[in-house]
Amino acid sequence: MASSIATDTPPPPAPASAQRRKQSTGRAGDKIFLGLSRGSGIFLLVVMAAIAVFLSVRAGIAISKDQGNFLTTFDWDPAGTPPVFGIAVLLFGTVVSSIIAMAIAVPIAVGIALFISHYAPRKLAAPLAYVVDLLAAVPSIVYGVWGALFLVPYLGGLNDWLDQYMGWTYVFEKTEVGVARSMFTVGILLAIMILPIVTSVSREVFLQVPRMNEEAALALGATRWEVIRLSVLPFGRSGVISASMLGLGRALGETMAVATVLSPSYVLSLHVLDPGGGTFAQNIAAKFDESNQLGRDALIASGLVLFVLTLLVNGAARMIIARRKEYSGANA
Amino acid sequence: MAKRIDVSGLSAYYGAHKAIDDISMTVEPRSVTAFIGPSGCGKSTFLRTLNRMHEVTPGGRVEGKVLLDDENLYGSAVDPVAVRRTVGMVFQRPNPFPTMSIFDNVAAGLRLNGKFKKNELADVVEKSLKGANLWNEVKDRLNKPGSGLSGGQQQRLCIARAIAVEPDVLLMDEPCSALDPISTLAIEDLIGELKERFTIVIVTHNMQQAARVSDRTAFFNLSAVGQPGKLIEIDETERIFSNPSVQATEDYISGRFG
Repeated sequence: MASSIATDTPPPPAPASAQRRKQSTGRAGDKIFLGLSRGSGIFLLVVMAAIAVFLSVRAGIAISKDQGNFLTTFDWDPAGTPPVFGIAVLLFGTVVSSIIAMAIAVPIAVGIALFISHYAPRKLAAPLAYVVDLLAAVPSIVYGVWGALFLVPYLGGLNDWLDQYMGWTYVFEKTEVGVARSMFTVGILLAIMILPIVTSVSREVFLQVPRMNEEAALALGATRWEVIRLSVLPFGRSGVISASMLGLGRALGETMAVATVLSPSYVLSLHVLDPGGGTFAQNIAAKFDESNQLGRDALIASGLVLFVLTLLVNGAARMIIARRKEYSGANA
Repeated sequence: MAKRIDVSGLSAYYGAHKAIDDISMTVEPRSVTAFIGPSGCGKSTFLRTLNRMHEVTPGGRVEGKVLLDDENLYGSAVDPVAVRRTVGMVFQRPNPFPTMSIFDNVAAGLRLNGKFKKNELADVVEKSLKGANLWNEVKDRLNKPGSGLSGGQQQRLCIARAIAVEPDVLLMDEPCSALDPISTLAIEDLIGELKERFTIVIVTHNMQQAARVSDRTAFFNLSAVGQPGKLIEIDETERIFSNPSVQATEDYISGRFG
């Protein structure tokens, strides 16, 4: 209402308002800041639109020339005649390696975050938090090299053990003899890489649990673990979900570390200990240099799918958080 | 059930700072005892020593004895967690578990104490909510979150949660200071009913409230800011408010300080 009234009233005579503008020193600053912030917002939209248009156009060209089904084909041969390529293996590999990474990293990260925020003595908590943050500063290619030269040879024993005792689950059955350049190894490596972000965001959330929520549990005769179960975890739940999604975003898009460790193949297999498979990002990195025009467009099309996948993951996370809003600590 | 509290020579510290000095008093079972006194006089700290909540504050430390009937709460073999299961507490601001339903809030303490059959649990929850005069207002929405209630309802929910585990003593730390007068009245009426079953200790800044709800009143004071708080006197509420034996008490009650 107020704004419509303001626009309905005739503007004051121009000279008077110009006069006022000159007198008020704040006006110029306001205008510049408004311009800057509006400009930044528009710039962001333009960049996003440019990326989306570029990806869609190039992807469209590639998919129209694809002689296989883009979604279900296993092969990646855009240079062949006829060109046949599909993302089935890449999508599967990306999702599987990320699931493995999340399954390993999230519980450990929550554990570390709880230890730092609620168990560790202060003298230990600060250095420990620092070391975890330091993990985030390691470049991903260094993780890749470490994974290839350390994890791959040393994981053989663990793989044999899993095969022997968990082989009946099918997933951990090993059908090929060979070094552990497998999805499982990639998952472990990705888990280590996303550990710092999940840990530090979770830790911050756990530290923000209101004192009175924890005292509510304490006064009922809760032990330290019960305080965490009754007060800390419910309060931190949506924060941990957001933290996990940040980690998942990184795991989905991780390129160099995966490309260095995995021995890629266009085989779709649920045996995660067997070498082979591929991910979107790893495939783009591996193929980009050797590809022709159509090959590059095909890679861009696969990149678009990764983009959409990440978008869906984020949307799902938001939905989970929003559904729990009624129960969240925010309105306490 | 309702037990006598016998405190002797109790001092509490925050790190090197002594917050309360050498307090001794007796609280009779099935009575309401009010703690009054200026801010910073240590009455809340003292209250929190009665269920060993003081020591969860970093640097919190206690010297002296608190006997619950004949058991020393600060005995070397006593588990503070077990103490808090027998001495319930209601806080200044209502603090229901925000993510839990009304039912689960009341059942929380019972579930900590061990296994309950579903219908037993429902019985205790109903009894506790009735005991807190909240049942009629929430019986149709037991599965809704507790944080959706009004402030006064939330505070009665917290009281229901505290009495569900049948504690020996119920401590209340300014339970009405965040509530409007009508909700306050509801809580005060409730205190009158609860004292039939529990030993109640209440900290309040509201002297009319102390006069209305309590049988005995303890006046705390401190000689200067930074000095430890002390118990000045404890007596029948009527006496404290009509003819206290210490001049400082009369000055405080009549609004003359220092």
